[in-house]
Amino acid sequence: MAIFLTENSKIIVQGITGSEGTKHTKKMLAAGSNLVGGVNPRKAGQKVDFDGTELPVFGTVAEAMKETGADTSVIFVPPKFAKDAIIEAVDAEIPLAVVITEGIPVHDSTAAWAYATAKGNRTRIIGPNCPGVASPGKSYAGIIPASIAGPGRIGLVSKSGTLTYQMMYELRDIGFSTAVGIGGDPVIGTTHIDCLAAFEADPETDAIVMIGEIGGDAEERAADYIKAHVTKPVVGYVAGFTAPPGKTMGHAGAIISGSSGTAAAKKDALEAAGVKVGKTPTETANLMRELMQK
Amino acid sequence: MDLYEYQARELFARHGVPVLDGGVASTPDEARKVAEQLGGRVVVKAQVKTGGRGKAGGVKLADDAADAQARATDILGMDIKGHTVHKVMLAVTADIAEEYYFSFLLDRANRTFLAMSSVQGGMEIEQVAEESPDKVAKVAIDANAGVDRAKADEIVAATGFPAEVADQVAELIIKLWAAFVAEDATLVEVNPLAKTTDGRVLALDAKVTLDENAEFRHPEQAELADSSAVDPLEQRAKEKHLNYVKLDGEVGIIGNGAGLVMSTLDVVAYAGEDLPGSPKPANFLDIGGGASAEVMANGLEIILSDPAVKSVFVNVFGGITACDAVANGIVQALQVLADRGEDVSKPLVVRLDGNNAEEGRRILTEAKHPLVQQVDTMDGAARRAAELAAQGA
Repeated sequence: MAIFLTENSKIIVQGITGSEGTKHTKKMLAAGSNLVGGVNPRKAGQKVDFDGTELPVFGTVAEAMKETGADTSVIFVPPKFAKDAIIEAVDAEIPLAVVITEGIPVHDSTAAWAYATAKGNRTRIIGPNCPGVASPGKSYAGIIPASIAGPGRIGLVSKSGTLTYQMMYELRDIGFSTAVGIGGDPVIGTTHIDCLAAFEADPETDAIVMIGEIGGDAEERAADYIKAHVTKPVVGYVAGFTAPPGKTMGHAGAIISGSSGTAAAKKDALEAAGVKVGKTPTETANLMRELMQK
Repeated sequence: MDLYEYQARELFARHGVPVLDGGVASTPDEARKVAEQLGGRVVVKAQVKTGGRGKAGGVKLADDAADAQARATDILGMDIKGHTVHKVMLAVTADIAEEYYFSFLLDRANRTFLAMSSVQGGMEIEQVAEESPDKVAKVAIDANAGVDRAKADEIVAATGFPAEVADQVAELIIKLWAAFVAEDATLVEVNPLAKTTDGRVLALDAKVTLDENAEFRHPEQAELADSSAVDPLEQRAKEKHLNYVKLDGEVGIIGNGAGLVMSTLDVVAYAGEDLPGSPKPANFLDIGGGASAEVMANGLEIILSDPAVKSVFVNVFGGITACDAVANGIVQALQVLADRGEDVSKPLVVRLDGNNAEEGRRILTEAKHPLVQQVDTMDGAARRAAELAAQGA
């Protein structure tokens, strides 16, 4: 099972011939993901070699889906063109679009989300500005390295890429059903809550690690959701306790505005929902290890 | 990027949003000249990116140009909540009959834009929302549909703007939305939005936040960035395209990825809590995915040149980044800095994990640099860096 991405997923890459697209197409192939092609209107009809695997390039997402049966797209196109790429994926009604691109203007991501909503949200959008989805031993859609951790029964959802890696590394002795990096931008497609709901329903997931950071109130809303709907144990970590208000800490969404969006408020909300919250990534991993050994 | 009021006011004016005539001055003499041009009574307002300047004495009325010069003399150089006043805005005055509130902003939770408005303006909208939530209207704006006359009328009705200003407010809302979109703003706020005694509707204050991710569409916005108000280290880091934020502690931090660096700051602060002097993080610095020797050298140079820094913690988890490249980067960076004649005397604690970590650790071990220590875990390395800072090392 796993969530969103399984061994049966057929993946295409939008922006497959760009430098990031090329690099990570090779890595996804090496990790055993089932890549079936790519999209670049200027190179449609060509075949491109990725370390010995030839993949066809199509003019549009719709064409790629028709020819290959693809159900997942990983988007690496530059920020300027990312909105159009997302809209193309939505128009083609591909079930899953993972947007890796960092630095998309928020007017563009908000417009793309409004467009997807108007079209009935038939495409699950993950990101933007995210590392993607990894279902270890099954498939990788994005840039999460396959070498960090193997398959297991923990589900992981995180705003941050490197904290996803750190937590997978800490818990590599137990392993993961799926790890989802949902992205650090102010407007993202798939939320903590979407992932919590999917992990709750996934028979291959026994427990969930949720990683949040300062900015917005997604963690507080996730806490409310956990309280009402999640029966599986959840362990949490929140980054940014020492971040000063008014300063953007790397991620466009990581900013404390006035009194809202603080790490302390998020930790309190999670603990009130019965989530054990670790002070450091290592302590959080140990809380999860204790849970899994019970 | 937050704009100063005078910049936001100019932006409003450019998009046809009605504002009072005004100008900006950096010296009392300039303030007098601006006041002469405006004529009559003027208001002199401190230009700082923080609230509460009225209470702090940063907003004064002046009867004439000479008075404006005197008030500017008082206000320029003032410290308002840690912000030094470098500029004042002068504007003609208006007789206000009523004060309203209006803003367009990003609603993160609902992934849409929002018009927020109230007929109770002039004070903090958070306060209005808390005391009388029914007085704050929130209308969602579809990013693709935007704000046309019908939407503007809907907002006016939802807010309960008086009939005699409804038309003018609706027109202003449409223009403000155009500015919000055209400038890639994430916030445009008018507080107060005023009705004057002669029946005009005007934006008396202006607050604008622009989206830095949209800079590629707005080369002209680069000049709005204010280097005088920015920390000199932050300014140098920006010139080198480094994601750096100055903080007030003693442990310099370098890491890869925004989340991991934020987490590193926290872990260092916890480690320092029970040490003498409670050492804290001195900065946020995310070197991102590709940690080349050059990026590492630039980052280390910035951090080592911060006189407050007593020790440095390099915390890297190699996901895409290979740790051997990071290790080579550190070794080369220390050499580059020594060659440049920089003072390299602060201890570095390095923690490498992930992609090619063993090779990276071997490179550092073999380099035998007297200032570099390796610790295997993030928590342990944070502890060591905090201890070194506490020792004043």
